Amino acid sequence: MSVEARERRQPWILLSPALGAVALLLLLPLVFIVVYSFWLRSAVGPDTVGFHLDNWQRALTDPFYRYILLNTLKIAAITTVLCAVLGYPAAYFVARSRGNKVILLLLLMLPFWISYIIRTMSWINILGSSGALNTALMTLGITSEPIRMLYNEASVILGLVHFLLPFMVLNVFVSLDGIDTSLEDAANSLGATRWQAFTQVTLPLSLPGLAAGGLLCFVLAAGSYVTPVVLGGPRDAMFANLVYEAIITQLNWPMGSALSLLLLFVLGGLVALYNRFLGLSQLTRGLG
Amino acid sequence: MDNTKRYERLLERYRNGDLERRTFLGLIGAAGLAYGVQTPFARMAMASDVSQVRFDGWGGVVSEAFRQHAFDPYTEATGIRVVDATFSGADEYLAQVRASSPGEYNIAHLSGAFDYARYHNFGLTSQLNLDNIPNMAHVMERLTEVYWSITPDALSAVPYNYGTTGLAYNRAVISDEEMREKGASILIDPAYEGRIGGWGEWRTRIWYGALQTGQDPNNIEDMEAVWDAIRAHRDLALKYWSSGAELMSLLAEEEIVVTEGWSGRIAALQEQGHDIGYYDPPNGYGWEECLFVIAGSPIEACEELLNFMLDPATSIAVAEGQNYPPALDPTRVDLGEKVPTLPAFDPTGTLEGLTFAVPDYWNGNEAEWSEQFSRVQRGF
Repeated sequence: MSVEARERRQPWILLSPALGAVALLLLLPLVFIVVYSFWLRSAVGPDTVGFHLDNWQRALTDPFYRYILLNTLKIAAITTVLCAVLGYPAAYFVARSRGNKVILLLLLMLPFWISYIIRTMSWINILGSSGALNTALMTLGITSEPIRMLYNEASVILGLVHFLLPFMVLNVFVSLDGIDTSLEDAANSLGATRWQAFTQVTLPLSLPGLAAGGLLCFVLAAGSYVTPVVLGGPRDAMFANLVYEAIITQLNWPMGSALSLLLLFVLGGLVALYNRFLGLSQLTRGLG
Repeated sequence: MDNTKRYERLLERYRNGDLERRTFLGLIGAAGLAYGVQTPFARMAMASDVSQVRFDGWGGVVSEAFRQHAFDPYTEATGIRVVDATFSGADEYLAQVRASSPGEYNIAHLSGAFDYARYHNFGLTSQLNLDNIPNMAHVMERLTEVYWSITPDALSAVPYNYGTTGLAYNRAVISDEEMREKGASILIDPAYEGRIGGWGEWRTRIWYGALQTGQDPNNIEDMEAVWDAIRAHRDLALKYWSSGAELMSLLAEEEIVVTEGWSGRIAALQEQGHDIGYYDPPNGYGWEECLFVIAGSPIEACEELLNFMLDPATSIAVAEGQNYPPALDPTRVDLGEKVPTLPAFDPTGTLEGLTFAVPDYWNGNEAEWSEQFSRVQRGF
């Protein structure tokens, strides 16, 4: 074998474990899901094998699925905006702080050391009828009986913001940290106020990080399953909950497969749009 | 006789000179070949037959009782380890079993009627040799009738306990008299808006919807009325709970004051000192649970464990631990002092006072009702 041929093969040999893992753990199950989505669920017993479009037809035309999908996108959008509003100042503070950046970043990572479910359930002890906040309000005489703060859409969004905020802060931080601070000084020396320097120099330069954080928050929020289960009321559900119910409760694996692929296509479409206009390189930079 | 014993006998004959070395090795080789030409999954399953058996249950106090009173003593007596796992719901567990290799899951603590039929429909039943489970003689015949109707040739499970899903209420807020007067309708009483709970499971919601509309849960004629009752409950409820632990937490923390509840879990709350009442309304939801042996499991080891668990001493200890009456016939076995005080206990051994779901009726409607419930739950 020639040296050139060996050199051409070498990257593929080195990549083969990773490619094998992706093929086995991601692509192959995805193929199964695609195949399943064309089968039909029988009332009892094994599913009906074949090529049927019924599940796809229902997933795309049934107003119930459309409503839950739109509601999921709405909740994800609100969560993303809240994460941006709350996360940007925090990221700015970390990026501009001197000396203690590592400690601040470490503090930002601390929540990841605790299980997501435990973090979500902690809100029950804070906002529940006999939780810390209601107890404080009643002890101070502000209210005579507990205020109902849990098990609604607002508490679901709160739980999602709690979960996703670090992702936003980290992405914005990476972007802000890469901006040369002398640019702000230059703007100031040219007569701009600090606010003008921020809005016309720093903010535009940090937008790619904000967009990357936004994309991550949106996609993770839209695919969330646990938060609505723990903090939502009877009506509160996101699309992932429907997928779970179809597969687990109703044992309707074909329909669950079609629904999960529908969610994948919608979120995949958003990622493709992001890549078209902003490029995914910012995202990998933020994650790095 | 299990495979280990067969091998030991063969080895003994060889050592005694009854078999030639070539014949012995030939037989071992043939056994290995027979073993190997089975599916790889079956080989994996059989590999666990003498050393361990996997048991899946509901977790919480139920699993603790099993571990303490059945598994540990069984392992001590037989040397077979019981791998104890939990699931949060029967539907979720069935999905896992369907996706598994034969033999990966062995024994599960399942619903005696619904799940027995569902597992049979998916070809997941095994065939138990009841001669190897002599303690079945203590079990109430009523509890096995439904199993025999589904699998007339052989059982795939033994009944283990029964209970009810009745009404649990905070007695500081709701009196016993009010509960008896309102019955199942208290779950759609606007007076308790925002303080009502309910199990987010379609069968229970429909069963109670039938009670709230004055219908027989095993023969619902006006399904629209039932959906309307479920909608009314949904709009008044604070939360649908999804596990026994969450049920106990919501009641103990006083987030809710009334809900349906599992009799054993409510008894556990009462034992902990919470002033929670429990009431089975007329036609209340009775159920039985079984120890189901899943197809592909090491049958002999499983039969051995089932017989051990049905031993009156073990069965009563587990019942006292999990607060559900055992499947043992109280007219034939002395159940001690605590069991007769448990909610749902039937001293006659006939269980005539309990209404069980008819599996054919409910499983036949499962596809339509479970999906419709998902929609109704979300406001449709």
